[in-house]
Amino acid sequence: MNEQVIKMLLEGIKDTLYMTLGSVIIGYIVGLPLGILLYVTNEKGLRPNRLVYRIFDFICNIIRSIPFLILLILLIPFTRFVVGQSYGSTATIVPLVICAAPYIARVVESSLNDVDTGVIEAARSMGASNMQIIMKVLLVEARTSLMTGFTITTGLLLGYSAMSGTVGGGGLGDIAVRYGYYRWQTDIMIITVILLIVIFQIIQNLGTNISMRFDKRKH
Amino acid sequence: MSIIEIKNLTKKFEVEGHTVTALDGINLSIEKGDVFGIIGMSGAGKSTLVRSINYLEKPSEGRVLIDGVNLDELSEKELRKKRSRIGMIFQNFNLLEQKNVIDNVCFPLEIAGIKKKEARQRARELLKTVNLEEKEKAYPSQLSGGQKQRVAIARALSTNPQILLCDEATSALDPQTTASILGLLKKINEEMGITIVIITHQMSVVTDVCKKVAIIDSGRLVEEGPVDLIFENPRSDAAKELISGKEIRYTPLENLHAERKIRIVFQENSAYEPVIANTILKLQTPVNILKADTRNVNGKAVGEMILGLPEGDDIQNDIIAHLKEAGLVVTEVTENE
Repeated sequence: MNEQVIKMLLEGIKDTLYMTLGSVIIGYIVGLPLGILLYVTNEKGLRPNRLVYRIFDFICNIIRSIPFLILLILLIPFTRFVVGQSYGSTATIVPLVICAAPYIARVVESSLNDVDTGVIEAARSMGASNMQIIMKVLLVEARTSLMTGFTITTGLLLGYSAMSGTVGGGGLGDIAVRYGYYRWQTDIMIITVILLIVIFQIIQNLGTNISMRFDKRKH
Repeated sequence: MSIIEIKNLTKKFEVEGHTVTALDGINLSIEKGDVFGIIGMSGAGKSTLVRSINYLEKPSEGRVLIDGVNLDELSEKELRKKRSRIGMIFQNFNLLEQKNVIDNVCFPLEIAGIKKKEARQRARELLKTVNLEEKEKAYPSQLSGGQKQRVAIARALSTNPQILLCDEATSALDPQTTASILGLLKKINEEMGITIVIITHQMSVVTDVCKKVAIIDSGRLVEEGPVDLIFENPRSDAAKELISGKEIRYTPLENLHAERKIRIVFQENSAYEPVIANTILKLQTPVNILKADTRNVNGKAVGEMILGLPEGDDIQNDIIAHLKEAGLVVTEVTENE
């Protein structure tokens, strides 16, 4: 393997991590408040609001039902409008975020739903406001489950970022498609796959360890 | 002025298109410094009632006054402030699982915006009060049920409340732990002068610590008064059932041939006299003891017995007269079915 290939693979790793982390972070900036909104406006939430819940519930379902590859193509004009170009790793972050945000919202909503309603009632009995309940009770009590959700989402986006390689997204997926598929260089494809597996394992183990360390429920 | 005044309180829920009346025109006054029991079978509406006292449940009709302030007239913010002066503990303790003991106790103070250092100091004092100072750094998952409830009590007291609401606070605990928690509540009432409202389905909880009791049945207040008087002479079916247990009205009595049954209650003095034996010796007629029990009502020994009387109106009346003469409270036991 020559120096050029190694350089390319390192570039690929960097791009993959950039796309994955970039989209997961921006995805959470959008998805976390959206998930909280879904939880709060739900029938049994802190401030039930059927209309608001239904609207966001519907939007989440619509986006989540579109396959990522199609979403990637559908969003090309929008991506071009936001980033200025429709290819490259920065451009890929746009469809990744749009795909991830509703998914994250659902994961967050379900984590919050698992918080014991008794604890919320206790906080209300102490005179806590809804904002205090969200910040000091829900997000704290649900942190283990939120961390698990974060890990799963990151793994998912790692996979999706590779998929965006097919439309010129850059990263390891791009390399795998260009060299492995179009040029029949199986060795490079196998290396990219191994690298993806290693990155995935690191993310998963890191996530599990952190969430375990922060969980005070069992000792 | 009563510290808690409940006026004509009605609560209705919409359940799948049906209206369910959980509480129906409840009137209740609780005086400052009382230990007040609210007892009823499960589903009687007592939990809804206690949640109305701090407006976690807003009543459909009627009013709740705390210290003369009508909660209905308060803004959301004022209501939250009022709630912070009413402590509450629960059957399932409801501690924050991800926070350790001291942070749990500090939590209401954190919500109230009190400085951390000050909050910690207050929390340490309270942990001493509930005998858990050495568990400061432990997490709820490392504590027993009784310890968790002690933490919950310390937490409820951190904001210096005037009132402590206990919603089935001992129902998940074994009898020994229940006794120690009740002892703690009694101490808090006596030493800090906090008014305590205890919701329970266990008569023993009421007789152990409460001075007054209200009995709730199907959303209605059926009986109210000092615990010893109600224990001596329960008038409502719900009260009789809660005091003597279901079996009095349902099982073995019907199979026994005694036509007339009476319930007698011994007070402290007569509990040491052989009243029944004296009656039998004097009237030369046996009575059948169907049930006998001695209980501790507010620290006094109180005995309860169900007697089956022999046939014949005259002899029955003689027995009743003799028992009353000996200072016992005698009531007829009637089948309700």
